[in-house]
Parts: sequence; structure tokens; C-alpha cells
Amino acid sequence: MSQKTCLFENHQNHGGKIVDFAGWEMPINYGSQVEEHHQVRTDAGMFDVSHMTVVDLEGEKVISFLQYLLANDVAKLKSEGKALYSAMLDEQGGVIDDLIVYYMNDQWFRMVVNAGTRDKDLAWINKQSAAFDVLVTERPELAMIAVQGPNAREKALSVLPLDVSQASSDLKRFVGAASGDWFVARTGYTGEDGFEIMLPESEAPAFWEALAEAGVKPIGLGARDTLRLEAGMNLYGTDMDETTSPLISNLGWTIAWEPEDRNFIGRDKISAEKAAGVKQKLVGLVLEGKGVLRGHMKVVCEAGEGEITSGTFSPSLKQAIAIARVPMAIGDYCNVEVRGKLLKAKVVKPVFFREGKSCL
Amino acid sequence: MSEIPTDLRYTSSHEWVRLNDDGTATIGITDHAQDALGDIVFVELPEVDSELAQGDASCVVESVKAASDIYMPITGEVVDTNQALVDEPEMINSSAYDDGWIYKIKPADEDDIEQLMDASSYEAECEDE
Repeated sequence: MSQKTCLFENHQNHGGKIVDFAGWEMPINYGSQVEEHHQVRTDAGMFDVSHMTVVDLEGEKVISFLQYLLANDVAKLKSEGKALYSAMLDEQGGVIDDLIVYYMNDQWFRMVVNAGTRDKDLAWINKQSAAFDVLVTERPELAMIAVQGPNAREKALSVLPLDVSQASSDLKRFVGAASGDWFVARTGYTGEDGFEIMLPESEAPAFWEALAEAGVKPIGLGARDTLRLEAGMNLYGTDMDETTSPLISNLGWTIAWEPEDRNFIGRDKISAEKAAGVKQKLVGLVLEGKGVLRGHMKVVCEAGEGEITSGTFSPSLKQAIAIARVPMAIGDYCNVEVRGKLLKAKVVKPVFFREGKSCL
Repeated sequence: MSEIPTDLRYTSSHEWVRLNDDGTATIGITDHAQDALGDIVFVELPEVDSELAQGDASCVVESVKAASDIYMPITGEVVDTNQALVDEPEMINSSAYDDGWIYKIKPADEDDIEQLMDASSYEAECEDE
């Protein structure tokens, strides 16, 4: 059965074209996906991400629990509000999901996981938490609005409730602050500065309109995908899943190998994979000529074959770009099979465009 | 509601056909089609001189979202392509029936055009989708 967020009527009133996304009726765009993309790169846009799953974890042993549950180490979080990006692995070292976890206080952490993986994530977290006596509480009554772009923070601060605005005005990157039922974090999924704002559902529709009045334009899921791809951010289910290890998914940087005696789920399997030599990696591709790269296209290079995991036309670079899983020994160039033809593409680090600038 | 000029003929795969005075026929995609595709970023034009049968895939229009095949509305030979689309494929979004035309053919039989849907039939078909 399809679900609607508390902002559904706002999307309709702003001309949102509604599609099904992971069982939710969400706006794919409000007219032009490309214009929305540029709006975020040059000014400020807002995304309804209320479909994502917020989970609070509470208990005296919550830190030990998360050190076991996650491949990254929450011990890195030294102060309240700090955020950490991590993969959650299964016993085989496959990626169950990627997530952000916030350190609220010594006995309370907040996690944001993907909408499409909600059921299996909650089942997994509940199963693993039993031994740690941690209380797992989903927070469906919280809406979430991401405000992103070079002018996003300034515009958002101007319309946030006064106490929330004061708590959020000096936030450093990857840090959040709670204020009553609101939680504002300087995080995002676009490669631009901005906030992700959790707030009570009852207050969300009016806040959305206040942001619109302040010149923050609504942005659909279409532009969210081109923005995250340009920023080189993985999409779960597309760039990695349970059949891929984090080591071949450009997530090696998120694995905390130290301290060596920290036992996290999947550690033995990915340690063995690392010791044996990792065979593949995720790279960025930039198509030399005209055309568009798409997911599942075959990549051919001297070292063997690979596959595009995410591809699109980059509105910022005006070229086709992709993330691809390829043999470790790929050179500086490769070919991509596009409708039976081999087209030349440059191999780059999988980061294309961030903070208004090309990374190529 | 999308724009559907009454002087054109249409296919159920959302191409339009205009019979020109010189006996050639111009082909593009409808306003309804461009709206469904979203921002168009690339057009792979057909080869001039290629002879294609009705229903053959003749070229590809790609939006940020997806690639979409364009089909021959009637049998004929490609005689011209809209080279302006190479650098400005978004003209299909802004002007689906004029500047955004895609290619011209010499129909094998001009009468085939008459067999295609007229504007009111096409409009009914779009409403059924």
C-alpha cells in the first residue's frame, strides 16, 4: 500500500509530479528536474525526505551496541550532536544499509536509514540489540526536510523558530543540535552546504511554506539523484547492497579498522577480503563525447569488464557521468557499451561536482 | 492539458507527422511525450538515407530520467535530420512541434499518413493512459 508524507498536499500545491518511490508517493519534480538541480547548486532548494526512517537508540550500553552494529566507530563522536556516516554490514560483510548516526548524549543515539530498507533494517537492529538491552524506537511522527544550496542555511535560519534558529546558527559541518522536538543538522546529500531538519509532522506543512516564502524552492527526487551522483555519493540498492562488500563500494574510508579488538558484524569477512586483495572498486566515469550513461551498461577495459551502477547526464558539467564497479587495475580510460557501440570514457575519482565547482 | 495541433497526425507511441508541400514528412514527438520524458539532454539522430519500415526504431531521445526509442510512424526513407538538436536537445521540450522537429522522411506512400490518428483521436488516447 502506498504511503504519503505529511507534506503530500504541499507537493501537489507546488505542482509536484508524483511517482511511487519505495512505496511512498513522492514528487519526482515540480516542472523541470534540470532547473531544480541548478537551483540547489546556485541558491537554495528543499527536499521532503520524511519518508526516510528515523530510529532512536537508548540505553546504558548504546555505545557498545553501535560499536558492534556498525562498520564505522561511534567512539569517534566526541561531542553531542556530532554525526557519523556508516555502513551496517551483515555477517557475510554485505551492506544491509548505509546510514547517518547522531550522538545525542551518552545514552541516546539517533539513526537515519533509507526508506526502501526500513523493514529489514528495523528487524536487524532489533535482533542485534537484544543482547545490549537497548531500546529501539522508530520516530515516524518526525518529518524531515533537507534545505540545500549555497544560500540554504541563511534562508532556513531566517524562518526557523527562534530557539531552533539560535541553536543552529553556528553549527559546524556534520554536527546537529536539538531544540525541543526539532533537530537541525548541517548535513545533506547534494554536495552543497545546508541543513537536514527533523521536526514534528504537525508543524512541517507550515514550515515548508515559510521556506518557500523565503525563496527556498521545492526540489524533487529526480534532481536529488543527479545532485548526489555529481557529489559522488552512493545510493543504496544501486551502488551497493547485500551482495557487495563495502570494500568494492567505495566505502573503505568509512570502516574503522582501529581499535583492532573492536568486533563489529562482518569484520572477519571483510578483513579476509582485504588480506586476499580487493578485486574491484567503484570509480567515476566521464563520457568523452555526446550521449548519456545509464545504470547496468557494460564497461570494457584492458583489465576486464565492469558495470555502471549509477549513470546520468550531469546538468552541472553538461556531460554524461557515472559511477561504475570495475576491475582494480582499470587504466585512465575505458569503453562503455551504449546501444551496441563502444564509447570512450575517462576514469576519474567518483566525485564530479561539489560546492558549486567541478572536481574534474 | 498538453497541446495537440489539429493539422498533424499522431501515433500511439507519441510521434507526430506533418506532411510538407514538397512531399516529405516531418516527424517529432508530441508535447505530451516531451512532458512525460522531462528535460531532454541528448538526441541520437537517424542516419540520412536509411530506409525504415513503419514501427522500426529510428532514433533515441534521452532525458535525464531515461532513454526512449522513437519509432517510424510510416514506412519511408530518412532525408534530413535536425542538426540543431545536437547542441540544443532541450528545444524538444520548449518547441515540440516546431524548432524541436527531429527528422524528415520521404514516405513510401503518402496515403499512409492519412491512416494515422488525427488530433481528437490522439487526445482521447492520451486521456486513456
